[in-house]
Amino acid sequence: MSDALWTHDGYEMVVGLEVHVELATKTKLFSASPNRFGDEPNTNIDPVTLGLPGALPVLNRHAVELAMRVGLALNCTVQACTFARKNYFYPDMPTSYQISQFEDPLNIDGWLDLPDGSRVGIERAHMEQDAGKSSHVGGGEGRVHGAEHSLIDLNRAGVPLVEIVSRPDIRSPEQARQYVTEMRAILLAIAASDAKMEEGSMRVDANVSVRRPGAEFGTRCEIKNVNSVRSVGRAIEYEAKRQILMVKAGESIRQQTRHWDEGDGRTHTLRDKEDADDYRYFLEPDLVPLQPSDEWIEEVRAGLPMLPAARRARLAEATGLDADSEAVGSIVDRGQDDYAFAVQSAGGDLGRAVVHLKEAFAEMGASPALPAADLAGLTSLEVDGKLTATQAKTVVAELIERGGGDAAAIAAEKGFEAMDTSELEAMVDDAIAAQPDAWEKFRAGEGKAMGALVGHIMKASRGQADGKLVTQILNARK
Amino acid sequence: MADFSTASEIAAGVRSGQLKAVDVLEQHLATVDARDAEIHAFNHVMADEARQQAAAVDATVAAGDDPGPLAGVPVALKDNMCTRGIPTTCSSKILEGWTPPYDGTVVTRLHESGAVAIGKTNLDEFAMGSSTENSAFGPTRNPLDTNLVPGGSSGGSAAAVAAGFSPLSFGSDTGGSIRQPAALCGVVGVKPTYGRVSRYGLVAFASSLDQIGPFTHTVADAALALQVVCGHDPMDSTSIPDPVPDYSALLDRGVEGMRIGRITDLPAGADPDVAERTEQAFDALAANGATIVDVEVPAFTYGLTAYYIIAPAEASSNLARYDGVRYGLRVDAPDTNAMYSATRAAGFGDEVKRRILLGTYALSAGYYDAYYGKALKIRRLMAQDFAKAYEQADVLLTPASPSVAFPFGTKTADPFSMYLCDTYTIPANLTGEPGMSVPFGTGQDDLPVGVQVLAPALAEPVMLQVAAELERNAPTEGGRS
Repeated sequence: MSDALWTHDGYEMVVGLEVHVELATKTKLFSASPNRFGDEPNTNIDPVTLGLPGALPVLNRHAVELAMRVGLALNCTVQACTFARKNYFYPDMPTSYQISQFEDPLNIDGWLDLPDGSRVGIERAHMEQDAGKSSHVGGGEGRVHGAEHSLIDLNRAGVPLVEIVSRPDIRSPEQARQYVTEMRAILLAIAASDAKMEEGSMRVDANVSVRRPGAEFGTRCEIKNVNSVRSVGRAIEYEAKRQILMVKAGESIRQQTRHWDEGDGRTHTLRDKEDADDYRYFLEPDLVPLQPSDEWIEEVRAGLPMLPAARRARLAEATGLDADSEAVGSIVDRGQDDYAFAVQSAGGDLGRAVVHLKEAFAEMGASPALPAADLAGLTSLEVDGKLTATQAKTVVAELIERGGGDAAAIAAEKGFEAMDTSELEAMVDDAIAAQPDAWEKFRAGEGKAMGALVGHIMKASRGQADGKLVTQILNARK
Repeated sequence: MADFSTASEIAAGVRSGQLKAVDVLEQHLATVDARDAEIHAFNHVMADEARQQAAAVDATVAAGDDPGPLAGVPVALKDNMCTRGIPTTCSSKILEGWTPPYDGTVVTRLHESGAVAIGKTNLDEFAMGSSTENSAFGPTRNPLDTNLVPGGSSGGSAAAVAAGFSPLSFGSDTGGSIRQPAALCGVVGVKPTYGRVSRYGLVAFASSLDQIGPFTHTVADAALALQVVCGHDPMDSTSIPDPVPDYSALLDRGVEGMRIGRITDLPAGADPDVAERTEQAFDALAANGATIVDVEVPAFTYGLTAYYIIAPAEASSNLARYDGVRYGLRVDAPDTNAMYSATRAAGFGDEVKRRILLGTYALSAGYYDAYYGKALKIRRLMAQDFAKAYEQADVLLTPASPSVAFPFGTKTADPFSMYLCDTYTIPANLTGEPGMSVPFGTGQDDLPVGVQVLAPALAEPVMLQVAAELERNAPTEGGRS
């Protein structure tokens, strides 16, 4: 659960996040080169990508559509917008300017509701192009400092991005983690991006300041290189504590861009505000204003799928589990909730299906290669007491391996038959006889001692006994 | 002026089989050989490629097919238009040795229309200048008097037509770079409506102002050339999707009943000889049935000021890509920033540097509103003022250049005096409306005077109609006494 009341020495953190997302288009934002990760360097290029003299950008309609999906999924208003040039020199920026949106972004004024019940405002979600990638050879750890030379790969240059800028509404590391996790789930659900933080198709920068609760905002620092959900929380917590220490020591915070180092768990100065580029924004004269028609906006809105929060609520209600339980969260994350309902529709038991999905389907996507009816068959056997949970697990593994089949037949092949209680009662007798010490301790209320007895029975039954039933019998005998 | 074949004559002859494209080409190449060492219209002559293209045109005719409306017409291209496999330098050291891997849209369309590209013409570096003296490869000389400049920045293209190197050439016009050299070289030069001709493959100076257009001997040739290069191009987002009208349709119609606007608050500065010819142009049109109406365009006066904020601002961004990283010149240095500085210091000439600095300043934090923001306001006012003027008049007439061709070095020491050359041409770039210069007699020293015809957006047919009337009525008596 969210630790909404994060404070440190009487100070709170004020955090806004900027999330950069690469859109899952076939081609780049302004040219026909493929938008594909992992290809040979400098193969997905063309005159526009290379920034050759005379080349002109042409806006990719699909990218606009995906950017609108992002905005609409985040409850933004989609508006008429313009493109601007952000001017700065960097070797992997071929034109020495980035085409972005400045004064009139595509999406404005939305929000994102987090599982903990809090709401984070979205200021804007605008379109822009990605830069290429530099790698530095001969220096320490691939850093530019001390490198002998640098290599540039322009495959990523011109890939469409949406930059989602939150309002400074985040007050704890856990809230930041939830924001990023929920954002990622939404992006995946609406198929706008593959949102892989490890591949850089989703990147997070954090703006962090501190203050006494209710006081004016403090001076903020921007933290770069926050590349996992875990490091989002760690980085802002470190940074907030660093600032609080300084403020308490009477020092003033300088507005800086800082780099999060995952290795030492600290943020380090990249540059001071005075050293920041003056980007000299102006309207991109090679493009015309973009005015999505109301029909287009409504068409995109109508095409949005049910979003993760609603899907979690739906699954939670149907199963009686908590909406923020691990089972519900992980199944919805993987997009397997529709599959769970399909199992139910096929006559299966939703609760048992969720148990199997949570464990055995972790490596699978939204469309498991196992007919829902087959899993339904298995859950029916369980509910009818014809298979123990342990046996069911084995059968599920077998079903997955075979890509389907009749659960009853597999159970028969494996020689599984649910034992009747008389057999179990006898085994419990044997166990008590074999482990009298454990039995005495268990009777005296030492819960741990039950493990030895259950272990004995499981061993004797070669794992086939129903653990739950054994526990019941033991407790009844006590 | 020597009597050269027109593009229309050549195309008609080649299409009918009466002329061979290869013969036409060899004649023109011979003229280039004879005179271009002195004129320096070309940075690069594409003799081999031209011979192949001319032979292909003849083969098409021989096979009974039509090579297209510009069959066998030699055409010279300003060296800021990308040509696949042919160096494209913008007359700058920073692009020396760079060869584009692609053809610009205009180059492709010309090729497909049967035209034969014979070379890349000299210009003021990155099209910044009004005399072609800013070329890194030396100036172009005016074929009418080699002691004089040809105008600029498309001086090489204007000179190529005036010298008989090709009956057709293309330039780019950002503030007058087609119309002013056309006037100074005594040829026709057209800046079409912004967006009418694709900019794909035109090396950008100021993207919101740049427009490609032709130089020709006659208005009819200009109409023929426009017919080929105008039209929508999906590769240029600012390209206009409207259908292309027949540019030759109105050429013989005359000006009976037309309203010709005289701008009463036109900025002063035209030399007396130019002013006199412009007056005679009004008279000629009136004598042919047009009505002269007085109009006001108050923002006209501020055009130059706004232009010298907007154009350098865009240029400062457009030229930032010449950083030594990917192509063109690189001057090595210990680190990346030092490499940028050394490369750009060595690669750009003074005028280009001046404009990059001006533009960078105008866009800087704290100065944007005072400079760039105000310039944009003037640009909007300019559009409003012209829209009002065009409610009263079908076209407007002004001088194209304040003066006839001038000697080398007379304006290089004072950049502002050079900038004044574009006083009358700049507003059409700011509004995006078409304008053209048509020769109308001569002035001082028997040098040609160009009259500028300005028209509303997409009104090229009407503009050409009026220009054709001026062409028919151009004074033939010399201005030299």
